[in-house]
Amino acid sequence: MMDAGYVALAAPLLHVLAFLILAIVAPLRRLGRPAAYVSILCAAGALAAALNAWRAHAGDQISRIVWTWLPEQGQSLATIGVLADADSTVMLTLVALVSLLVQVYSLGYLSDEPKRALGRYYAYQSLFAFSMMGLVIAPNLLQLFICWELVGLCSYLLIGFWYQKPAAARAALKAFWTTKAGDVGLLIGIVLLYRQAGTFDLTELQVLVANGALPLAGLSIITFCIYLGAVGKSAQFPLHVWLPDAMEGPTPVSALIHAATMVTAGVYLLMRTAWLFALTPDVLLIVAWIGAITALLAAILACIQNDVKRVLAYSTVSQLGYMMTAIGAGFAGAGFFHLLTHGVFKALLFLGAGAMIHAVHSNNLSDMGRLARSMPQTAIVFIIGTLSLAGIPMFGGFLSKEEILGAVWEGGLVGPFIILMLVAFLTAFYMFKAVFLAFFGLAPSHASHAAPSHPHDPPASMSLPLWILALLSMAIGVYFTFTHPEPEFVSPGWLMPSAVGVAVAGIALAWLVYQRRAISADGLARAFSPVYYAAENKFWVDAFFEKVVARGALAFSGAVGWLDRYIVDGVLNVISAWTLTAGDDLRGLQSGKAQDYVYGVAVGVLVLLLWVQFA
Amino acid sequence: MAELPILSIMTWSPFVAALIVMFFARHRPLLVRWVSLIGATVSLVASLWVYCAYDYDAAGFQFHEEFSLVPSLGISYLLAVDGISILMCLLTSIIIFAGVFASWTVKQRSQEFYALLLLLVTGVYGVFVSLDLFIFFLFYEIAVLPMYLLIGIWGSTGEVRPQGIFGWAFGRTGVGTKEYAAMKLTLYLLFGSAFILVGILALYVAGGSQTFSFLAFEQMEFDPTLQSWVFLAFYIGFGILAAIWPFHTWSPDGHAAAPTAVSMLHAGVLMKLGAYGVVRLGMGLLPEATVEWVWLVGAIACINIVYGALSAMAQTDLKYVIAYSSVSHMGVVMLGAATLTASGLNGSVFQMFAHGIMTGLFFALVGLVYEKTHSREIYKMGGFGTMMPGIATAFTIGGLSSLGLPATAGFVAEFLTFLGAWESNYSWWLFPAVFGAFLTSIYVLRVAGQIFWGPKSTDPHFQHLPDAQGTEWAALGILVFVLVLFGVAPSIAIGPIDTATGPLLQRLLGQ
Repeated sequence: MMDAGYVALAAPLLHVLAFLILAIVAPLRRLGRPAAYVSILCAAGALAAALNAWRAHAGDQISRIVWTWLPEQGQSLATIGVLADADSTVMLTLVALVSLLVQVYSLGYLSDEPKRALGRYYAYQSLFAFSMMGLVIAPNLLQLFICWELVGLCSYLLIGFWYQKPAAARAALKAFWTTKAGDVGLLIGIVLLYRQAGTFDLTELQVLVANGALPLAGLSIITFCIYLGAVGKSAQFPLHVWLPDAMEGPTPVSALIHAATMVTAGVYLLMRTAWLFALTPDVLLIVAWIGAITALLAAILACIQNDVKRVLAYSTVSQLGYMMTAIGAGFAGAGFFHLLTHGVFKALLFLGAGAMIHAVHSNNLSDMGRLARSMPQTAIVFIIGTLSLAGIPMFGGFLSKEEILGAVWEGGLVGPFIILMLVAFLTAFYMFKAVFLAFFGLAPSHASHAAPSHPHDPPASMSLPLWILALLSMAIGVYFTFTHPEPEFVSPGWLMPSAVGVAVAGIALAWLVYQRRAISADGLARAFSPVYYAAENKFWVDAFFEKVVARGALAFSGAVGWLDRYIVDGVLNVISAWTLTAGDDLRGLQSGKAQDYVYGVAVGVLVLLLWVQFA
Repeated sequence: MAELPILSIMTWSPFVAALIVMFFARHRPLLVRWVSLIGATVSLVASLWVYCAYDYDAAGFQFHEEFSLVPSLGISYLLAVDGISILMCLLTSIIIFAGVFASWTVKQRSQEFYALLLLLVTGVYGVFVSLDLFIFFLFYEIAVLPMYLLIGIWGSTGEVRPQGIFGWAFGRTGVGTKEYAAMKLTLYLLFGSAFILVGILALYVAGGSQTFSFLAFEQMEFDPTLQSWVFLAFYIGFGILAAIWPFHTWSPDGHAAAPTAVSMLHAGVLMKLGAYGVVRLGMGLLPEATVEWVWLVGAIACINIVYGALSAMAQTDLKYVIAYSSVSHMGVVMLGAATLTASGLNGSVFQMFAHGIMTGLFFALVGLVYEKTHSREIYKMGGFGTMMPGIATAFTIGGLSSLGLPATAGFVAEFLTFLGAWESNYSWWLFPAVFGAFLTSIYVLRVAGQIFWGPKSTDPHFQHLPDAQGTEWAALGILVFVLVLFGVAPSIAIGPIDTATGPLLQRLLGQ
């Protein structure tokens, strides 16, 4: 029988095949929809391969296939290949599933795009899926880094897909630079680790760690550097600033890259190297605290957003903070579990939001309202997603969220635990705020520019992925409500009821404020005015990067450029100018008059005589 | 492999083509191009043949060709290649092949233009393949001198305002004109070659005035003090061509003023001559001095990387951005060499190749953009991605390689250099190097975003711009393909490099 590792490898290879076809066969790409079909066909094949790989590796089966990629002095410096185990194949399946659904969904969502642009879009989508899968099955840190950078590139390309829009062009650059800043850390971490361990290979590293053969000196710096990469990619404070802006990209892209898969790469990385981080508890503590702070700040920011995509974007940042806190508490499994369920229901929420945006031609919650009547299907699936995110029993995020809370409690991190409970409340609040404003409540004031009078449910290509994800969230929720997987810890009995209670309280508050209007939203804002003020300014993080870091860097580069042109090159020009002037002046000596020359000779002889006499 | 003088064929075929162009293709511009293309193709095929036929297990210098020229002085025509020179020859042949296509639209005196270009290429090949230092020096001068005419006649004049405390000097030297750039470049490089000549003669005399053969010098143990001085002479002499700080200022002016194919060749290949000279002559012949001076080489390389990137960020003229990025990237080359580790040296040579292709691609693109827009002012352009998607894509791929994105050649080179830097005796070199790569991502994407991937410029001149056409695609296609190929499958370059850097490293550290 064929090695099961090759089955896992088939998934990314199918995507790269689609990418190569679309990239090289330009006439096909320019046809638009046929290009999309090629991409979707490969994505479907990839999903089948991923499911097979998952089935083969669900137990303890591990496949590892590596080839030399970079030789050095007759040996292999770096390899590429596959490391398929239970974790990587389930992640592979998630990526394959969401990318297939998003590609199908995009057929409807982007039906108005010019043909060329559509072909380009599907080429990027395929490249993204390939890179993300390559990251997931990476057997070593170098391949992981390579794919890590490639998914960053795809994110840049897809955020900037509508690059004629200034905001989109700016957001694409911001995303690339911010994540790249984190990647610098990751790269340094990998280089440092190579010196320490002599290998990039995860399996070999794990053996080293298990045998205690990895020197611990300086390991904290290494893991911290690796963590920096995750901070950038997984939008942790203070590098979270790019993710909300990334919403300028098409909504299916946000669902795939900026909710379900790419942004979770940082969490995945920390999960994959959890045994390494376990050696450096000091770094784990930082991970947990930064995670909790991120979760809280993003949840507060989500509460004041009016743009439905931005609500979801901040909610993603907040949930990533959740996962990171669990990892910081030492329970990477809980974080990874939440990553998987979150991937499903957050993709659902984004795609649902896309359907709403598609129907009313606006991102603003104030342009929506009473959509439940005109778009009942969308309303149902969106509410399923919202309940999942809120962590209500029988829905997707229920058990994974409780596990995170349990993990953080079990890890003895009381501070982060309290923060996360607060975040659970806020999450339920802001998500139901969006639900009530969009689907119930008041009809929008039709003064707004482009709102058509008859929003309706999306076409089949869009609603089918929505229903699949919705049913999947429900299935996950129902399954895990009744069958508890054996967790690495036992959470206290009061935890689950109180977590659900907090979420219900959040829903109730949202209902009172935005549905019953019993509490005025303005009054609520006034009651928390310092927080509200800080949140309106995005806690000054964006401003710090734009006004201080970016301007400072530009000013500094301007100074260096000036220095180079006018001082370093100036000195050179001074020497040249002196040479030229000296030439001009010395030319005067050749006057052509015999008496001048005789005079010169006489002076010379005199000098020589004196020199001979006295020297 | 004595049957066919393959290295001579590779070296002299552009020269023969230049002669034919000069004497038999008068006033027949199309014939000029075809003859040049054939000359470039012959050398490309020859270099590919050398790449394939080289015996990688035996390693060392192969394809020897030798006959005595001046027996009394020990000068002989001695050619041979090892892994490093194979790759450099391949680079040269790819760049000139693409360069012939990139110059297809030169109108003014195209016959002389192509002839000089081909002559220059012969010089470059000669440097990479000759093992007799006298011949080496002759070829080196042949490679440097035609540049004066190529820039002075076919160049373009930029805009640099003389100001600052040295403003008077700029006014005196005539900064900004193509004549200034040509003169500055030529004088600066000749100043450097004076150091090289002194170094070579010092070795010749110290070696008993019998021979100029590199192989013979390699066997000799030179006095440490002599080594020290000769190494510095080589470092400054070749370093000027490799644009080491603070001797780099010829490069932005020169590259900005030069016509497209000349910038491609100069930044793509000629700057590598400098780095190659330091590695081959400096490090290869003077091991003790190398170990003594690497701290300086590495430290200046770090300055190059960060300083070049910051300067590039400050530029508003597209060609200057690319030229300064070369200053930054040549820092990576020198840094890799200075690490004295296997990874670092491999990265250094790999970067020579990667940067050559990358910058060749950049200058080809800048030339195309200029031809279509008649502008190099970055902040006047905008949103060209819709009108010239091909050029925009190629520029972006070049930019990604430049910032070290994986799956392009730039990543492999930079990553190996980083590994080497951290393994070297001066591990702090890693940090400026990585920081420089980050800065590169800022200025490259900023420029790409401004020109191609942003809102459309409202300037009426830029409303209808064509994409690349016909022969223009050839240059772009080849260079992009090579850039990605070597990024995806780096072992095709590391294979030959490894055979040469291994023994070199043993010699350097095994004393």
